[in-house]
Amino acid sequence: MVYMQKINRDHKVRNYHQAKWDEPIIFELHKIGERGVTLPATEEEITNNVGDGVSAIPLEMLRKTKPNLPEISQNRVLRHYLRLSQETLGAAFNVEIGQGTCTMKYSPKINEAFASSPKMSELHPLQDESTVQGMLEVMYKLDLCMREISGMDYFTFQPGSGTQSLFTMASIVRAYHEANGEGEQRDEIITTIFSHPSQAATAAVKGYKIITLYPDKDGFPDIEKLKAAVSERTAGFVVANPEDTGIYNPRIKEFTKIVHDAGGICNYDQANANGLLGITRAKEAGFDMCFFNLHKTFSTPHACGGPATGALGVVDKLMEFMPGPLVEKQGEKYILNDRLKHSIGKVRSFQGVPQTVLRAYAWIRALGAEGLKDVARVAVLNNNYLYHKILNIHGADAPYIKGKRLEQVRYSWEKLTKDTGVTTEDISHRMADFAHHYWSSHHPFVVPEPFTLEPTESLSKADLDEYIASLTHIANEAYTNPEIVQNAPHNSTIHRVDEQDYFENPEKWCITWRSYLKKTNKTETINS
Amino acid sequence: MNNQKKAAHPYIPNTVPEVQEEMLREIGAKTIDELFDGIPEELHYKKDMNIPKALSEYELSRYIEGILNKNINTKEYLNFLGAGCWNHYVPAVCDEVNQRAEFLTAYAGDPYEDHGRYQALFEYQSLMAELVDMDVVNVPTFDWAQAAATSIRMASRITGRKEVLLPKTISPDRLKIIKNYCSPQIECVFIDYEEDSGQINLNDLEDKLSSNTAAVYFENPSYLGFIETKGQKISKLAKSFEAITIVGVDPSSLGVLAPPSHYGADIVCGDLQPLGMHMNYGGGQSGFIATHDDLTFIQEYPSRLFGIAPTVVKGEYGFGDVLYDRTSFALREKGKESVGTQTALWGITAGVYLSLLGPTGMYELGKSIMQKSQYAMGQLGNIPNVVASRFESTNFKEFVVDFSHTGKSVKEVNQYLLDNGIFGGKDLSEEFPELGQCSLFCITEIHSKEDIDRLVRTIQECIDSISSKEERDGVHAKN
Repeated sequence: MVYMQKINRDHKVRNYHQAKWDEPIIFELHKIGERGVTLPATEEEITNNVGDGVSAIPLEMLRKTKPNLPEISQNRVLRHYLRLSQETLGAAFNVEIGQGTCTMKYSPKINEAFASSPKMSELHPLQDESTVQGMLEVMYKLDLCMREISGMDYFTFQPGSGTQSLFTMASIVRAYHEANGEGEQRDEIITTIFSHPSQAATAAVKGYKIITLYPDKDGFPDIEKLKAAVSERTAGFVVANPEDTGIYNPRIKEFTKIVHDAGGICNYDQANANGLLGITRAKEAGFDMCFFNLHKTFSTPHACGGPATGALGVVDKLMEFMPGPLVEKQGEKYILNDRLKHSIGKVRSFQGVPQTVLRAYAWIRALGAEGLKDVARVAVLNNNYLYHKILNIHGADAPYIKGKRLEQVRYSWEKLTKDTGVTTEDISHRMADFAHHYWSSHHPFVVPEPFTLEPTESLSKADLDEYIASLTHIANEAYTNPEIVQNAPHNSTIHRVDEQDYFENPEKWCITWRSYLKKTNKTETINS
Repeated sequence: MNNQKKAAHPYIPNTVPEVQEEMLREIGAKTIDELFDGIPEELHYKKDMNIPKALSEYELSRYIEGILNKNINTKEYLNFLGAGCWNHYVPAVCDEVNQRAEFLTAYAGDPYEDHGRYQALFEYQSLMAELVDMDVVNVPTFDWAQAAATSIRMASRITGRKEVLLPKTISPDRLKIIKNYCSPQIECVFIDYEEDSGQINLNDLEDKLSSNTAAVYFENPSYLGFIETKGQKISKLAKSFEAITIVGVDPSSLGVLAPPSHYGADIVCGDLQPLGMHMNYGGGQSGFIATHDDLTFIQEYPSRLFGIAPTVVKGEYGFGDVLYDRTSFALREKGKESVGTQTALWGITAGVYLSLLGPTGMYELGKSIMQKSQYAMGQLGNIPNVVASRFESTNFKEFVVDFSHTGKSVKEVNQYLLDNGIFGGKDLSEEFPELGQCSLFCITEIHSKEDIDRLVRTIQECIDSISSKEERDGVHAKN
C-alpha cells in the first residue's frame, strides 16, 4: 500500500510570490464605444421642456471636445482594479510590523459594515441636526472616551490626519498668542529631530521659525538644549513621547514646565499612542493639546493614505480657539456649536471624516476600558519580544539606552552595512520577497541605516517569529550572498525601478499617461 | 478550567496568558507591568478609564446600528442639499474597489509591495489630467478648500507675492479653511460680484490687481451655482499683472463645461467627491490640484506625484515619486508645506469612476444635470413670488432660490419641507445677508422629474399654507 506522505513544510521563511498580472495602463484598455456604466435617462417631459440643456451654456464655456478618457466595459474595469488590488500588499494580508510609527494594527471588519451602512454613507453634512442625532451622538461619545484617555477637556475630529492635526495645533498656538497680544513676539516653535517631519513642516507653514532639538546620548531630546532654546519668543513646543525610538522620556514633565515657564504652549504628538492607552495621559505630563490618529492607535484602516482622522484634544483655556463647530449635548439633544469666540475657523470641510470617527468609536466599545489597557500592554510586550530577538541578529542593533522600550524601536544595520555593503534600502526590497513590508525611517537618517518596527497588539507570537525569521534569513544572506539582497526584489510584482533618472529629470518624468505618450514619441521605445 | 482566567480578546492574540508568560520568560521580565518601568511613577494613570466594558461583536452590532438608526438619510428623505458635498450616483464597482482589503488597509509601501496602489494612483492622476486637460495632477489632498489653499501658497511662492484675490461669492466654509491655511503670510482680498448676474465684477478686479497680487482665484461653477463666463478675461487681466490664475472646479461639470485650462488657468483645483464618493456626512471630500508640466509649478507641489518608469526587466511598468526632495518627508520644515496621509483611496475611486463613465458618460452626466436643474429652476420660478434663480446667469447643478418675496424665511420653508420628508436647499440668509431669504438648491442626475415636481408642489403648499395662515391672522403677505 502507498500511503499519503507528509508534505514537507520545513522551510523557515515564507515561500511567497506576489501576484503579477502584467496589467496594462487603463488607457490601453480603451475600446471605442464600450461603456462601464449608464446614468439615469432624462425624462422626455423634461427634454421637451428645456431642450438638451447643454445649449444653454454660453459658447465660450462649452467644452468643444470630449475628454480623452478611455471607453471600457464594466467587467474589464472591475477586473483591472481587482488585479491591481492583488498587486498591493495591504496590512490585512501581511505580518504588518515594518511601518514603525504608523501603528498598522488590525482594522476589524465589523467596523467596515458600520462605515458602509447607508445610515452613515448617505448622510449629507448639512442636514438638519434633528436628522443626524445618531451621527452626532457617536461624535460626542467618542469625544468623551478621548477625554478619559488623554485628560484633555474637548476634542474635535475635524483634522483629516496627523499632519492636519499638527497644523491645527500650530494654528491654535498662533491664535492664542495673538489673543494675548503676543502674536508677533512669539515666533518660534521648538520640536525634535525624532518627531514626524510634519511637526516642523506645519509649524513653518504657520509662519514659525523652527528650533530642532537633537537627542542626547541616551536618546532623549536634550533638556539642556531646551533650556537654552526657550525665551520670550517661544510660542510652543511640540513633541512625541515616546519618540520613534520607543523610549519614554521620563523628564517630560520638566520639559513641559520649562516651556510653560517661558510662556509657551505644549503640544503632544500622540499620532501613535499605542503603548500608552490607560497607562499614562497627556494631561498629567503637562500638555495643553494632544492628538491621536484614529487610523493608527484606534484601528481605522489606512486606506492607501487616507481618508483618515486626527482627534485633537485641548485643555479648557484653548477651547475657544478650536476649529468649529463642536458637538455638544443639550438636554437629550446633540447640537453643533459654532460659536467659539476666537476660533481659528476651520481646517477641513464639514465635520472631517465621520465614518472614521464611527469606526474608532466602535473599536473602543469592542474593547472597553480594560481591553484598551490590554492593547497597550500587549503592544509593549510584543515590541519587547521583537526587540530582544532582533538584538540577537548578527549586524543589527538599537542605539541609545539599553533596557525596555515601549511600542516601537528604531534599529540600525550600521554594522551589517559596514561588514557587507548591504543597506537598509536593500533589505527593504528583500523583505518584500517574503511578503513583508519594511520601511527604513523618516529622513534625515540620524540613526545610520535605520529601520523602525512596531508590532502592535494585533500580532501573535507566531507572527512575530515569522518576521524575525525573515530578518534573520536576510541578515545571513547579506553575509553569505549579498547580491541576492542587493538585486531584490525577486518575488514581487515588479523588479527594481530606475529611480534616479526617471523621477528627477524634467525631460523624462511622466506624471500622467498623456505626458508619457508625449515624451516617448520623442524618444526610443523604453526597453527596446 | 480556571474561572478566574481572563478570556483572550479576539483582536489581541497575545492576551492568552500562557503565551504572555512564555514571551516574558524570553525577554527576561517577570510581569508586563515591568515593561512600563521607564514611565515615572507619578505619571502612571492609577484610575480606571470611564469607558464601558467590552461588547461582543453581536452586541456591538446591535448597539451601533441602534445609534445609526436615529439618523435619517438621503435615501429616506429626498435631498436637495449640495453646497460643497453633492448627491450623485455611486456605481457599485467604485464601492467594490475601495472596499477591497488590499487597498483599504495598504498605507506606505514602496512599489515592490504596492505596485497596484502606485499604478492605480498614477492612473487616477492620468484620468483626471484628461478631464482638466492638463499634464500634471497630484495624489489627492484633503478637500477642495485645502487644494485651493495649497494652490494659493504655490502661487505665492512662485511669484514671491503675498496677496490673493478671491470672489465674494466663495463658500464661507471653504474660505475659513483657506484663510487659516494662508495666514499669517498671505492676505485675502475680495472681488465684488455683479448684483444681477453674480459674475465677478471686472472693474473691481482690475482695481484690486496690483504688483502685490500672487494669484486670482475663482470658481466654476461658483459656490452659488452659476457659470462664471469671463474666465478668459479674468486670466488675461491676471496675466497682465504677472499674477497666476487659479480656478476651482466641480469635476462633474467637465463633460460639458470647458476645463479651466482652456480659458487660461495656470492651476486648477477642486473636489473629487462627485466622482464616486458617497457623501458620508462630509467624509467623502477629496481635493485635487492640476498644472501644466512646468518645472516652476511642479517643484512647488507639496503633494506626492507618482511617475512612470521602466524597471530592470524588459516590458515592466514601474512607478515612483517624482521630485521627492521637494516634500516635507525629505526636508522637514524646508520642504514645500507638508505632506502626509490625505485621501488617496478617494483618488483611486475617482479613477474607477472616470474609467466607468468614459467620455460619453461624463458628457451625459453634465447634460443630464443641465437639463434637470434648468427644469427645476423653471418650475420653482413658476411659483408666485418665488424667484429662481436669483442670478441672471447660466447655472450648473446648483442655483439660488429667492424666497424674500414670499414673506417667509428659508428656515420656515425648510422646516415645512423637512416635515414632508424633504431636505431643502442650504439656507444662505446668514452667509449672504445681502441676498435676503435665499436658498441654494442642488439638482443632480439622480433626481427624477417626479422628485423635482414633488419639491415644487411641497414648496407651493408651504407658501399657500403660510399665506392662508397669514390671511387668517389678518396679515397681508408682502407683494
